[in-house]
Amino acid sequence: MDKSTATQPQLGFFGMCRWAWRQLTTMRVALILLLILALAAIPGSLLPQRIQDPGRVTRFLEDNGAWGQFLDTIQMFDVYSSIWFSSIYLLLMISLVGCVIPRSAQHWKAMRSAPPKAPRRLGRMPGYVAFTSATDSQEFLDTAQTRLRKLGYRTARHGDHVAAERGYLRETGNLVFHISLLVATLTMAIGSLFGYQGQRILIEGDTFTNSLVAYDSFEPGAYYDPDTLPDFRLTLDKFTSAFDADSPGAQFGQPRVFEAEVTTTVDGRSENHTLKVNEPVRVGGTGVYLTGNGYAPEVTVRDATGKVVQSGPTVFVPDGGPGYTSEGVIKVPDAAGTQMGFVGVFLPTATQNDKGELVSSFAELRNPYLVMSGYTGDLGLDSGVPQSVYTLEADSMTQMTDASGEPLVLELGVGQTQQLPNGGSVTFDGVKRYVAVDISQDPTQGLMLVSAICVLLGLGLSLFVPRRRMWVRVADGRVEVAALARGEDPMVERAAKDLAADLRDGGPASAEDSRTSTTGSRIASERD
Amino acid sequence: MDVNTDLAMWSNQLIVSAMIVYAIAMIAYAFDLFGGRELKQSEVTSAESKPLSVRRTSRKTATAVLDAPDTATGGSDDTGSDDAASRHGAERARRAARVGTSLLVLAALLHVAAVLTRALSVMRVPWGNMMEYILTATAITVVVYLIVNIRKDVRYLGTFVAGGVLLSLGLSITVFYTPAAQLIPALQSYWIAIHVPIAILSTALLYISAILAVFQILKARYEDRAPKWLRFTKRLPASTDIERVSYTIAAVGFITWTFTLIAGAIWAEVAWSRYWGWDSKEIWTFVVWVVYAAYLHARATRGWGPTKVAVLNLIGIASVIFNFTVVNVYFNGLHSYSGL
Ligand code: HEM
Repeated sequence: MDKSTATQPQLGFFGMCRWAWRQLTTMRVALILLLILALAAIPGSLLPQRIQDPGRVTRFLEDNGAWGQFLDTIQMFDVYSSIWFSSIYLLLMISLVGCVIPRSAQHWKAMRSAPPKAPRRLGRMPGYVAFTSATDSQEFLDTAQTRLRKLGYRTARHGDHVAAERGYLRETGNLVFHISLLVATLTMAIGSLFGYQGQRILIEGDTFTNSLVAYDSFEPGAYYDPDTLPDFRLTLDKFTSAFDADSPGAQFGQPRVFEAEVTTTVDGRSENHTLKVNEPVRVGGTGVYLTGNGYAPEVTVRDATGKVVQSGPTVFVPDGGPGYTSEGVIKVPDAAGTQMGFVGVFLPTATQNDKGELVSSFAELRNPYLVMSGYTGDLGLDSGVPQSVYTLEADSMTQMTDASGEPLVLELGVGQTQQLPNGGSVTFDGVKRYVAVDISQDPTQGLMLVSAICVLLGLGLSLFVPRRRMWVRVADGRVEVAALARGEDPMVERAAKDLAADLRDGGPASAEDSRTSTTGSRIASERD
Repeated sequence: MDVNTDLAMWSNQLIVSAMIVYAIAMIAYAFDLFGGRELKQSEVTSAESKPLSVRRTSRKTATAVLDAPDTATGGSDDTGSDDAASRHGAERARRAARVGTSLLVLAALLHVAAVLTRALSVMRVPWGNMMEYILTATAITVVVYLIVNIRKDVRYLGTFVAGGVLLSLGLSITVFYTPAAQLIPALQSYWIAIHVPIAILSTALLYISAILAVFQILKARYEDRAPKWLRFTKRLPASTDIERVSYTIAAVGFITWTFTLIAGAIWAEVAWSRYWGWDSKEIWTFVVWVVYAAYLHARATRGWGPTKVAVLNLIGIASVIFNFTVVNVYFNGLHSYSGL
């Protein structure tokens, strides 16, 4: 290569393209691209990614200033859709196409042509046996040919010898593998364009009607048409969980059962299902997956006039710890006088720790307790700025205080009521369970599965089908059996010996008996 | 919750007993590998002066028996150099290897018993957290090693099989120790019985392939420059021979890894609503896969010598280990089952 680059003054544009194409489709470049691909995939596991957790990306950006900005500019938080990552795998795909097309053509030709003639000197083949035979040479070759055919070889007669070849499936497998890999990559890219993914939280008793407004979040692919959302309803009847109360150490408190009883309704027909973590419910080409759960304390708030201004369950978000300590916000916009808001934690099994703080020591409802602070003032719901239901803009509100002027702390067990300084009251009525479900559709999943299976089958064939040529030559009563591996084939010597033993058929052994050649075993496996 | 604590305790005892036997096996193997001083000069020359081309024929003598003579020093029916005395000497010199293998079989029995009692203590698959994964993966590694040994004498690996297993088991009952218990809901799926054992098998295969790659590199260097500190590699087969075994095992490992990846993707669809989401575990499984794909390509690429290719194999196993340890413990992702 060095020489040609030194002496190629005018390639011209097309010449350049041809040169680039040829380079791109070499094994060497494919290999380098593979290595770069492996490297390029790594940063996505070290830095937070928007497709995983946009919240963490935002926090990372806040914490890291200019460095974060820089990383963002070079798409380090969107690695797998970044220009650089895409370029690498696109180049690899192009390289693959450039590799597969000529090889397919070659293979097509090879499959339809006869096995090639024997080289003049068979003695140098990796598998080689010679012996003498008194049988008529044509008759002998006939037998050899039948024998080889039975062993799955394609055979051809060339004058004094039979040529045979087997293992075309190896190359077929290799091509199937590489082509399926291409299809899989394309499918992955396309699948995300035509599907969608949405999330929804359902409290026991809630019904979800599949329409855009019913989703808490909805991420359609670029070409997804929301009008095609399948029509169904899903009700969460009951959610059951169980946690490990017996095991020691880190296993204590781990979840053991999550089960949601749901009812789906399609075209007026209702069915009951049990939705579990690994058992999604599939309705109308859509999958409903159980991805999370938590507690929704039911709280009743009365204003100064004694009127109920808020009641029912509110979703509290667990902190991820084993005790299911959960945070939540209750907003009361319709109270007489001023709006109210409450921020607090819910403890399924409230216990005092060594420092006297209230913590939750277990995830089940053994001693449910609600601890909240109250605020009055403008909730900001009318400002037009979209608000999270899980946060309260406490800065623009006034914290409630008790008689001594200290910030008011509401501490409620189930069934308890506490008066508010403004004359209202808060009652903790009970607790409901809720689940978070993912609802998604990917019309290309089936194709993906098929390509994945083809990848696997092709790979198996291409690595383990031995491709081998054999020749049986009879000249002057002397029989030579030779085998040549094409690619990895540990059995090549054995193949020659077994065939020779077979053909010799118990005939008289000669002095030259079974001289096994010992050279050239690698000849075939060295690629051009 | 449905845990037979007696059996679980038995399992722990068995692990410790197995570790003790592994330790002795490792020492025996190390004597075989490094205690080459008493190797008779005649054998050494016969092994070395043999033309490279003889290698393949000698393989057949190494078939079928665990205690067959080493390929390099063993039978060589067509050079005439194998006088009975030297073969005898080689046999005697490998008594340590035989002891090592016998001990390894014993340790493997204890080890498998530990896996079984652990599984029975909770009546489920014994790979529900990192500790159990290591416990089973190391057992499979030893079994794979013993099986490979039936077909081809690779007892020179013994030191590192026993050593690696010993180290891993030590970690599993300390750093990664997890009491026996039932599975978390995220793991309650029949996919755990498909995806994980094949992942374990892949890890075992790729580990053995990697130790072979190390020996291949050392032996190649010895063939090249014969430095003193590599004298022990005289006992090994030729580097091209080691390379071929290493490659074959890695190729099987690559297929099983591909299967692991695909089965994982199917499970991910069932559990998390999408088959691929670039979760940190998915990323590293992909990285591992691409590295081994590169390894297979490199082997077929001109200009990539066997040593360079073997280095890719080592990068591969390094990423497998990274994927299991660092990714599981330090990276947060959906795939957190470590039990720590
Ligand atoms: C996405 C990119 C690619 C991946 C993941 C990939 C993967 C693989 C794998 C796993 C094998 C092993 C099977 C075997 O050894 O037969 C293989 C073999 C092979 N690949 Fe690729 N490949 C890719 C691209 C390419 C490209 C671009 C070329 C052509 C330049 C190519 C040419 C080959 C050849 C010739 C073999 C057979 C090697 C042999 O006979 O040992 N591959 N590929």
